[in-house]
Amino acid sequence: MIGSLSHRTLLQPRSLTDALKMLRDEGPLVPLAGCTDLYVSLNFGTLKGTRFLNLWGLAGLKDISVRGDVLSIGALATHTDLIRSPLVQKRIPMLAAAAREVGGVQIQNRGTLGGNVANASPAGDTLPVLAAADAVVVLRSAAETRRVPFTTFYTGYRQSVRRLDELIVGFEIPAIHGRQWFRKVGTRAAQAISKVVIAGVAPAGRAGSVRVALGSVAPTVVRATRTEAALAGGATIGDAQRTLLEEIAPIDDIRSTSEYRRRVAANLLARFWADAHRK
Amino acid sequence: MRFTLNGTFRRIDAHPLKRLLDVLREDCALTGTKEGCGEGECGACTVLVDGAPVNSCLVPIAQINGARVTTIEGLRGRHPLQHAFVEHGGAQCGICTPGMILAAVALGKKPTLDQMKVGLAGNLCRCTGYSAIYRSIDAVTSTARRNRGDRKDREARSGSRTKKPRTRAGVTR
Repeated sequence: MIGSLSHRTLLQPRSLTDALKMLRDEGPLVPLAGCTDLYVSLNFGTLKGTRFLNLWGLAGLKDISVRGDVLSIGALATHTDLIRSPLVQKRIPMLAAAAREVGGVQIQNRGTLGGNVANASPAGDTLPVLAAADAVVVLRSAAETRRVPFTTFYTGYRQSVRRLDELIVGFEIPAIHGRQWFRKVGTRAAQAISKVVIAGVAPAGRAGSVRVALGSVAPTVVRATRTEAALAGGATIGDAQRTLLEEIAPIDDIRSTSEYRRRVAANLLARFWADAHRK
Repeated sequence: MRFTLNGTFRRIDAHPLKRLLDVLREDCALTGTKEGCGEGECGACTVLVDGAPVNSCLVPIAQINGARVTTIEGLRGRHPLQHAFVEHGGAQCGICTPGMILAAVALGKKPTLDQMKVGLAGNLCRCTGYSAIYRSIDAVTSTARRNRGDRKDREARSGSRTKKPRTRAGVTR
């Protein structure tokens, strides 16, 4: 192991209440869920924190349930849990599709939805889905519960509104009307971090509104509201693509180039819209 | 930390953040589990936790407390997949093989080619080109099918090889 352990400690709460008290009284702590991101940093010796909070045993945070019209997904639901959940498959199949493209089976078995969101990588595969789904992030501290719309959760590159005394405990997803669509473009089908990732909802008949969200094209996930308005207003796909390119700001990095990402994002938008109108 | 390792109860005194991979290799002296990339890309360190494949390089031992862990040593060299990998060239240099076989164990009894490709997508092999691995897994299913049914067919096939199939008759996964 490259990263040293001798100066690191792990706090092991027995319950969520316990965990929230530890965050309040003994922080700052780095919450650990499935460790599929944090342990990569640990193995490379770049993990900054020294005090960690083990969330893995908090079974209550794994629940996936429906209350009224809202699907609730616990933060510790793994990608495998999402893929297998009949509720996820029925109500938000684009989330199951995204979960299927995260890593390989080994990563899907450990990595959690809460972890994918907390890790805050602009390339997180589930993030455009949550943005397009109008999901709400449920944050808990010892003092209070806050509900934050997912589209306002991130404030910048790897920055969010989560306070150090708060945990992401789950997500609330209202009923989605219309056809859901998800695509990830990466080097290969599995195990690849995305070059561009996109989730969309297209109205079916009179139900639903156009929604488009993309990852890996800006410092945070982008909900392309002007592109949505253009498509809803009957713009040509060419005009909608031009609007989209004004709404994204991809960079050159190890996985792709800005130019490639812009072209692929525009192509994906056209594919989404064509598929939406296929009978 | 307490967990069940290959069917035996173990108690380990290690740092709770120590990687499962290091606990297996250093504290339990089971070196069948290999370290490849250390970042969850290659799957060489795959073990089964409560029956599900995980990358042991990304699991702190604290999260294994009370769980059932199976490593390649737990198959005791007798699993039909181990024989099939030897016979059909599914193992070449051998670094990916322990993880590959454990991921294949988790595929269940009769995986389709598609299920194999999805289930093994997290295990990289730089020798075989994967075809020999898929054939090895498929051979276990076919051997089981042959053993149940046409003995003559089995004899005819084994006669055409220099070695007799070492898979035990009647054993299925």
